[in-house]
Formats: sequence, structure tokens, C-alpha cells
Amino acid sequence: MIALALPAQDSGTFTPPGIDQMHLPAILPWGASDGFSKQMLLVILSVVLIATFFIAAARKQQLVPGKLQFAGEMAYGFVRNSIAKDIIGGRDFMKYVPLLFTLFFFILVNNIYGAIPVIQLPSFSHVGGAYVLAAVVYVTWIGIGIKKNGLKYFKLATVPSGVPWFILPIVVPIEIISNFLVRPVTHSLRLFATMMAGHLIVMIAGSGIEFLVSQENVLLKGASVLVLVGAIAMYMLEALIMVLQAYVFTLLTAIYIEGALHADSH
Amino acid sequence: MNQQIISAAAQGAAESANPLLPNPWEMGVVLAGFAVLFYIVVKFVVPMFEKTFAERAEAIEGGIAKAEKAQAEASAALEEYKQQLHDARAEANRIREEARAEGAQILAELKTKAAAESARITEQAHAQIESERQAAVVSLRSEVGTLATTLAERIVGESLSDDERAARVVDRFLADLETQSAGAAK
Repeated sequence: MIALALPAQDSGTFTPPGIDQMHLPAILPWGASDGFSKQMLLVILSVVLIATFFIAAARKQQLVPGKLQFAGEMAYGFVRNSIAKDIIGGRDFMKYVPLLFTLFFFILVNNIYGAIPVIQLPSFSHVGGAYVLAAVVYVTWIGIGIKKNGLKYFKLATVPSGVPWFILPIVVPIEIISNFLVRPVTHSLRLFATMMAGHLIVMIAGSGIEFLVSQENVLLKGASVLVLVGAIAMYMLEALIMVLQAYVFTLLTAIYIEGALHADSH
Repeated sequence: MNQQIISAAAQGAAESANPLLPNPWEMGVVLAGFAVLFYIVVKFVVPMFEKTFAERAEAIEGGIAKAEKAQAEASAALEEYKQQLHDARAEANRIREEARAEGAQILAELKTKAAAESARITEQAHAQIESERQAAVVSLRSEVGTLATTLAERIVGESLSDDERAARVVDRFLADLETQSAGAAK
């Protein structure tokens, strides 16, 4: 709302909304700069929505599913088979299905918020949530690696086999940095950045349209239509990216887990 | 006014200019929300879906197994029937062959028996005819004598002068003889 209020003046200058407008005032206490925010409410709402939907879908357990059960099974089967089974493999993928399933739908719903009018706020446009999820995944796959291979896992993960010894001094630091330092950062920032950028684009388009419409020049007023068309196209793209990022985050999680499970064969 | 807003934004920027710095409360909410959802998924959603999947797989595989069993049974029965039919045919053939052989044997036996019988009958007839002839010859021999003497007595007794009378006597004698032989025939 701040974003839309910003360029209300019909002077010649347009001040685009920036990073600072990403933070709405709190809901509780209303309007405070700090407190219970819309983001938090949406996160809690997503948990309720996902849990309600899937419990309702899975509850009947009919052999010939109804519409709701079928939809739930499709969604569950997608994560179970297309992500967990395909990436981690046939024998021990079932153990990781709950994590991947929860990650996918938690991120998906929280991203899709950004495409729903009025809500219009992807929860992960704030970096905190993305850090938390990436940290959970980071701890998980390292834990799996250690449990599976013992402390030797760190050697397996950083010293690639079949590399000549004189290259190892270069390769090992690269592996350490890429696997243990950069990986969680990219994992979280990829989600956060795409969501924030998408949200920012929507804000900029909205304020830009408002700015143009409030101009006295008819041509400038008309130009707002172009911005609107562009904004709708971006909106479609963002909707795609929201789904895609949920998929990418989950897929990468599966790949990391698979890598930790089969570190000895990589 | 623009200036004011910009300065307000600048003030805000002092607190949260770096978008990479997280709000710890938000992190807490996300972590708690994720944990709750993960618990629900582990406890309810995944087991329920997996149970349904397993039941469905079992139902389908059970159906397939049942169908395969029925198929196997049917083909076994068919095989059995074929075998039985084959056996029955062989049995029928064997019986027919036996019957034919037996028939032929019986026929041959009957033929020889009949031939023997007919030969025996013929023999018997010949023997009978012969014996009867012998008997006839014997009786004729004895009778012809008596007849001749009886005739001679009559002729002599009747005075042989009258030819006519003599002829009558002969005729009467012959007639007597005929009635005698007719009575004997009866």
C-alpha cells in the first residue's frame, strides 16, 4: 500500500518502490513497524490449508478414489514418484518422501500467495523463511551423509575419486566451498530472490501504472496500458516461476539427499 | 511530500536496508509452521496415502493372481479333458478292434461249426437212406415171396379155366394190395 501511495504526486518524477517497501507494517499491533506480520499470518494459513486439504483427500482411503482423493493422490504421487523415487532411487526413497512432500507444498502454497489478488505476497519474499528451509535441508543431508558413511563422508564429499593427486589441492577447496558453503546459500537465496524480484516487479508495475494514469498528458496516460499489458505478462511469468521454484527447491533437496546417500559412488 | 516519503524510506532503510538480513520472528514462524506441517505429513498424510496405494496395488495384484490361477485351472482342466477324450477314443478303438476280431473269430467258428453240422446231417441222411433202403430191400424180399405164393394160391384155388375170372382175381389182388399199402402208409 505504501508502494501505491508513493508516486501519487503528479510531478514529473517517478520514484519506484524499492527493497524497503517490501516490509509491510505489522498486523498486530496494527501498523507497527515490528510485530505479527502479514507474512507470518500467511505462513500459518498455508500450514492449515495444506494439512486440511491433504487430510481431507487422504482420509477416505478408497480404492477407487473420488475427485478430491484423486487430486490429493496426484499431488502426493507427483512428489513421491517424480521427485523422490526418480532422484533418490527405488530402495530407500520412502524415508524422505515426507520431507520432500512437506517442502514442496509448503513452498508452493507460500509462493502462490503472490499470484492471488489481495493476498499478493509470496511469503519467501522475505529471506528468513528461505534461510530456515535451506538450513533444515542442509542439516538433513549432512546428517544423512554422516549416518550413512560415518565421518568418512566429508572425505567422500570433498575428495573426488579418479582425480590426479597434484590437482587435489585445487579441487578439494573448490569442493568444500561449493558443497558445504555455497550450496545452502544458493539454495535459500534462489527461492528468496525469485520471489522478492517477482513481488518487486508487481509493485513497480502497479506504482508505474498509477503514476502514468495520474499524469495530465494523454499520451502518458495511454502508456499505462502498455505497462498493464507488460505487468500481466510478468504476472503470468511470475506464476510459473512460483511453481517452478517450489519444484526446484524440492528437486535440489532430493539431489542433495541422494548425493549424501550415495557419496561413495560419486 | 515526496521528499518526506523518501526521507521516511531512508529512515526505514536504516533498519532493514539489507534484504538478506532475516527477521528472526519470521524465521521462527516459518520453522514452527514447517515443523507442524512436517509432523502432520509424517503422522497422517503419508501413511494414509501409502496405505491406500498399498491396498490398491494389492487389490490389482490379487486380482491378477486370481485371474492367473483361474486361467491355470481352466487350462489344466482342458488338458485333462483332452487327455480323457484321447483315452476314450483309444479305448473305443481298442474295443472296436477287439469286437471286430472277436466277430471274425465267431464267424469263422460258426462257419466251421455249420460246415461240420451240415456234413454231419448229410452223413446222417445218407446213412438213414441207406438203412431204409436196406430195410425196404429186406422187406421186399420177404414180401415178394409171400405175395407170389398168395397170388399163386388164389389163382390155383379159383380154377384156372376161366381167363376172365383169372384176370378178375389178379385185379382184385392188386387192388387189395393197394389198399393194404395205403393203410400201411397211413
